[in-house]
Amino acid sequence: MNTSLNYAYYPGCSSTGTSIEYDMSSRAVCAALDIKLNDVPDWSCCGSTPAHTVDHSLSSALSARNLNQVASIGMDSCITPCPSCLANLKTATHRMEDEAFRNKVNKLLDKPADTRVSTKSVLQILVEDYGIENIRKKVVRPLKGLVVGAYYGCILNRPAELMQFDDSEHPMAMDNIMEALGATVVPFPLKVECCGASFGIPRKDVVMRLSGKLLDTAHAIGAKALVTACPLCQMNLDMRQNQINHANGSHHNIPIFYFTQLLGLALGLTEKEMGMNKLCVSPRTLLDAMANEETIKEKAA
Amino acid sequence: MKVININSSYNSEFVKEVEEESGQKLNLCYQCGKCTAGCPYTDEYDICVSQIMRLTQAGQKETVLKANSLWLCATCESCTARCPNQIDVARIMDVLRHMARREGYGGTGRVKTFWDSFLSSVKNNGRVFEVGLLVNYISHTGRFWTDIDLGPTMLPKGKIHFKPTEMQGKKEVEKIFMRFKEESAK
Ligand code: SF4
Ligand code: SF4
Repeated sequence: MNTSLNYAYYPGCSSTGTSIEYDMSSRAVCAALDIKLNDVPDWSCCGSTPAHTVDHSLSSALSARNLNQVASIGMDSCITPCPSCLANLKTATHRMEDEAFRNKVNKLLDKPADTRVSTKSVLQILVEDYGIENIRKKVVRPLKGLVVGAYYGCILNRPAELMQFDDSEHPMAMDNIMEALGATVVPFPLKVECCGASFGIPRKDVVMRLSGKLLDTAHAIGAKALVTACPLCQMNLDMRQNQINHANGSHHNIPIFYFTQLLGLALGLTEKEMGMNKLCVSPRTLLDAMANEETIKEKAA
Repeated sequence: MKVININSSYNSEFVKEVEEESGQKLNLCYQCGKCTAGCPYTDEYDICVSQIMRLTQAGQKETVLKANSLWLCATCESCTARCPNQIDVARIMDVLRHMARREGYGGTGRVKTFWDSFLSSVKNNGRVFEVGLLVNYISHTGRFWTDIDLGPTMLPKGKIHFKPTEMQGKKEVEKIFMRFKEESAK
């Protein structure tokens, strides 16, 4: 097994607030798998969606400052849990290959942009660098009895030429991880449909409709929980699940996990370390049911 | 149905500008409609994305830049992923938004205001400060916080902070915004 996995880690703004459990679980999982993370020193916001809707050079400059911070600790390979940060950091590196564009960006920066840094998602390095078979070997508490669907959201794998990971219409990375952890994975047909993204505040109605459709579908295929890899998706589906139920007259009660939270549990980490208590839709019943399966099995053995 | 006299209002400069800024060839679009079929926001758009493509091809600057659709597009990349002619449609939408901003069109307002609040939060703090962003957004729109019902759920989770996280390079980030403003004014 490759024991020398070592990356710069860019947490992204939401990790300090609404997606704190994604950050906690990503860090803990990496530690448990001996993957070394080096925090990007004094990182700043990547600009997210709003910046690139204003101007591409502004957006790339905000990202480039962080790429420079990565280079400043002598690293050239950076990972982030958040797909929106990922898309911005990758887009910046990609567009700055063009000299004219790079010059435009450099005009906005203190130091010229370092274009050698490449960025990947935590999910990607777990699958490609660590390997699902190696993850399987580390499972001490299989997710027996958990029926789960994997929801990827719209930008984790798109556009394909830029993201260079998995399949843009039918990604399988999280399905495969969940299967390796012992869960029962039901194919989720709306894997890459949009949840309503950052419209929760200015156009809540749109999120109610789009995320509502995702929950209806999860329910219809018998998924008892969904796993996500995106703070925005998770927040729309979890934090807003009650609002969605009110708006649409539905009665969903579907826990929405970050895939790293379930991975951590299966690796033997505690619920507390995985920030399970941070989820709005309580996973209590599901987690207890899983634990019960375990004890029944142990007794039988 | 609205009829547009394409000949009289064709703006070739506009076509050229969109092509240059996006690096895409507009005449590759043959109006198959696939982008619209997959666009999650088609129901909300005043002009659906394939029509935006057609109108842009036809140099209809004003109609396109006035479209609310530009401000409702979530950059979900579905159109780009599925266009049979490999047009980066989402990038064209992005470029049209930049132009609309420059020409002073604000779309439905609320979305643009939200994004502006987001960016001013980054400009002031170096990172997004969620509570500050909301206060700013609410004060600009005069809208009561539509998520007040989330308070009781969210507060005990320890996810809401009433102070921004501190970072050293705040000034560096602010300078990026200031230089951008200066460069755009040139
Ligand atoms: S999918 Fe491509 S070719 Fe088809 S209408 Fe949209 S932009 Fe045009
Ligand atoms: S990127 Fe925008 S236009 Fe394209 S499918 Fe998504 S929301 Fe629609």
